[in-house]
Amino acid sequence: MSFRLDRRSLLASTAAMGATALLPGRALAADPLTVGFIYVGPKDDFGYNQAHAEGAAAVKAMAGVKVIEEENVPETVDVQSTMESMIQFDGATLLFPTSFGYFDPHILEVAPKYPDIRFQHAAGLWSADKHPMNVGSYFGYIGMGQFLNGITAGHATTSKKIGFVAAKPIPQVLLNINSFLLGARQVDPEITCQVIFTGEWSLAVKEAEATNALADQGCDVITCHVDGPKVVMETAAGRGAFVCGYHANQSPLAPEKYLTGAEWNWADVYTGMVQTVLDGGTIDNFVRGGLADGFVKMSPLGPAVSDAARAQFEATRAEIMKGGYSVIKGPLKDNAGNVIAAEGQAFAEDDIALESMDYLVEGVIGSTS
Amino acid sequence: MPRLEAVILPLAALIAGLAVFSLFLIGLGKSPLTFFALVYKAGFGTGFSWQNTLSRVAPLLFAGLCVALPARLGLVVIGGEGAIALGGLAAAVTGVWCGALPGALGLMLMASAAFCVGGAWIGTVGFLRIRRGVNETIASLLMSYIAIALMNHLVEGAFRDPASLNKPSTAPLPAALRVGDMPIGIEVHWGLGIGVLCCVLCWVLLDRTTIGFAARVAGDNIRAAQVQALPVGRLITGFTALGGAMAGLAGYFEVTAIHGAANASLVAGYGFTGILVAFLARHNPLAIIPVAILLAGFQASSGLIQRRMDLPDATILVMQGIVFVTLLLSETLYGRLRLFRPDRWEQRA
Amino acid sequence: MSGDLGLWAVPVAMLGGAIRVSTPFLFVSLGECLTERSGRINLGLEGTLTFGAMAGYALAFESGSAWVGVGAAAAAGAGFGAFHGWICRFKGVNDIAMGIALMLLGIGLAFFFGKPYIQPVAPDLPSIPFGFWSDVPQVQAALQVNVLFLVGVALAFGMAWMLRNTALGLRIRVVGDSTEAARAIGIAPDRVQLWATAAGGALAGVAGAYLSLYYPGSWNEGLSSGQGLMAVALVIFARWNPVLCLFAALLFGAAGALGPALQTVGFTSGYYLFFAAPYVLTLALLIFTSTPGNALDSAPGELSITK
Repeated sequence: MSFRLDRRSLLASTAAMGATALLPGRALAADPLTVGFIYVGPKDDFGYNQAHAEGAAAVKAMAGVKVIEEENVPETVDVQSTMESMIQFDGATLLFPTSFGYFDPHILEVAPKYPDIRFQHAAGLWSADKHPMNVGSYFGYIGMGQFLNGITAGHATTSKKIGFVAAKPIPQVLLNINSFLLGARQVDPEITCQVIFTGEWSLAVKEAEATNALADQGCDVITCHVDGPKVVMETAAGRGAFVCGYHANQSPLAPEKYLTGAEWNWADVYTGMVQTVLDGGTIDNFVRGGLADGFVKMSPLGPAVSDAARAQFEATRAEIMKGGYSVIKGPLKDNAGNVIAAEGQAFAEDDIALESMDYLVEGVIGSTS
Repeated sequence: MPRLEAVILPLAALIAGLAVFSLFLIGLGKSPLTFFALVYKAGFGTGFSWQNTLSRVAPLLFAGLCVALPARLGLVVIGGEGAIALGGLAAAVTGVWCGALPGALGLMLMASAAFCVGGAWIGTVGFLRIRRGVNETIASLLMSYIAIALMNHLVEGAFRDPASLNKPSTAPLPAALRVGDMPIGIEVHWGLGIGVLCCVLCWVLLDRTTIGFAARVAGDNIRAAQVQALPVGRLITGFTALGGAMAGLAGYFEVTAIHGAANASLVAGYGFTGILVAFLARHNPLAIIPVAILLAGFQASSGLIQRRMDLPDATILVMQGIVFVTLLLSETLYGRLRLFRPDRWEQRA
Repeated sequence: MSGDLGLWAVPVAMLGGAIRVSTPFLFVSLGECLTERSGRINLGLEGTLTFGAMAGYALAFESGSAWVGVGAAAAAGAGFGAFHGWICRFKGVNDIAMGIALMLLGIGLAFFFGKPYIQPVAPDLPSIPFGFWSDVPQVQAALQVNVLFLVGVALAFGMAWMLRNTALGLRIRVVGDSTEAARAIGIAPDRVQLWATAAGGALAGVAGAYLSLYYPGSWNEGLSSGQGLMAVALVIFARWNPVLCLFAALLFGAAGALGPALQTVGFTSGYYLFFAAPYVLTLALLIFTSTPGNALDSAPGELSITK
């Protein structure tokens, strides 16, 4: 779904990069490019923030680049100040405020004041008619990763019940839950997925209780979408359930029980974007990518994954790598009985409609409100 | 010279606290000089620094008042966070309902809604205290958790804007219902001005009116107040409600000046920082103003300290904790230092 | 294989939750109970608990033994408690405010020194499978009881006995009811309060170690969601009686397990409200059990919070 800039905006953006940015081989210039990364939580949380921090670490290794970071920045006026402080005091010209909640209103408030600075925001929905040209949004089709997680889960489950600990019923989370179940149903259409919402992105005790509640229900493969999956992984493995990772590689937490995991691959994405700027180019304002584009990757398969599971996993991954794969396709109903997709209808991974998902598919036990 | 004492002792305690914190830094092999230079630079050194600092002050003023007002009656209310959340929600929902009204009227209605909801929430704490004897510290804490749950429930349920996809929020406020910046050359919204005004008004109420006098009598000795037939019950309900109303206004400004809608970002810990502000200001509404600015300046410098000194973000928390402890410890010196008692100077010989 | 318990899943989950979730509440409230019976209040136990969680995890990781971690947490907690006890003996120092200050300091120090320990995996505390008699896995899981929970239960009864029947308990109670009276019979109230506050801090430190070393069993900055503050509420709720503290903690833990368990049996909407159930329940019980006149009859006379 990524598209090239039109000529006018390209001019605006290149002007915005400043004169030095136009020179090729900026890496050799005296002033390094200063890149700021802002995280909403601790950057070693085995999860969302760690995934971004690993990307930042890769950028740090590039020549001609200086990386500055700040963690635990709340989605309040704090992040506005942090962005401005990075620009004013550290001379940052490229910012990666990585939490979804930073976008509206905070980035939209600060960006117009600094037309020369580029704001790259994870997960936002940038649109040309509403948002400044020096703002870009990027994200990956990690739902595909949860679909592959689901395939390994479908092979591993004996109770035919799998579980999902989720933070909030928002489109990204719903897509992951649906993909996880639909992956498992590739193996056995009888499988159901119990979801429990914790209501918060990071709340250790509640995540542990939710995981125990899933195990009590007989769910024997568990995954999650919270900021730091460490607690869910450890608790689920402690209850004897298999686990599928999310955000980052959590296999060290439960080496025997870890099947695979849907990971961000921000290192490739960020080094690519920074290289574009170093070369004097402009990053697209709206960037999306999946497994094929190197935005998302899978953890190495764990020891508990059977040969049959491995074969189906690899075959499906190869299909996805061709691009345009559809997880959400007809005939499909939601779990209230409404038709989501009729026979023959399909939503490919890059279909923008998926980014406003508001349903749980048939077979998911839970509700969106 | 009690006035002089009330200024010099806290300042001395602040410096002592910073000295202890400097030792902590030296123990870690970090330079306190660099640290304070960065605090100055990031918090107060440039126009942008002042903007960064002052833009954080407004919620601290209101949250501080939420603690300081009941404290004058001897009540420790720690649940301002919940009143901020519900006040903000009330303002946002009112804003959505009166989107068609003229801006000024709509803003007044939103502020009133936040004021009333916050006031009712913490006022209930005072009411429970006098009617049922429920401890106000505990009740306000419990009600704060309940308020936040209620806010989340409503923001993700009944009041959710379906278009707020990945960040469940109420419907965005129209531009006419957004409070702008004050005309002071830097970008700081009106919450600061109104907050300072509220501090001054609360000080007048406490120090210059009979109600304030009655409250202080009751705060010193409830039984004496009852003997003098002061309306202790009404004072408690009134002061807790007024404190809650202030917290509600903090939520109002967060919504109308910052977020443009109510969502989970309203729960940002301002209510808890307000406890610190109020105690450091010794519950004096006027003193809340400089204390809030100082704390905001420290917080504004947190990022630069993380980036330049490679210290974790919790450094500012540690510093606040140490300063808070030394300031409270300095309370023991009031009335005991001869320096402030000229009448006793001669006794030294 | 796992049986489908249907609606029975909720009470089973609440039983398990009561045992798993209640332990930190139990330890903090016992510690606070002891402190308050001596006439001091320590609102800073949230900070003590957080620091104990970090120190316990860090030491358990460095030493390879979870029990070393528990010991370290207890020692750190005792340090915080003793500091609070020492500092509050000075005239004019408000112990409620000082508690809040130490809460801030404890959390700050825990976050400051805890950064390198978010990633590593420390050893867990052992648990005892009391559910061996049942072949229902849910019941077995619910009855995986951690040793610290048993220690806490014993401590609750032991503390109640100690306060009622021993000379030490008498001293604590006398000091708590009136420091004047204590001085008159030759007890040094400051010293008794210092020890009671230190012991209370140690228990709060152990509560933190339970969080980081058993359940949920890892250190991170969001580990404590107010357990230390809530436990102070539970003490008032439990009328300064250690045995009632045990039941208050169990009730609170069970109520906390209600939210997730209800979602698994089909009550899927309004989960924020179910999650708030423990707070609503505690508040409601406080309102109904308090009366303006005799509300705090069982409260220690010297307690600043009830004056």
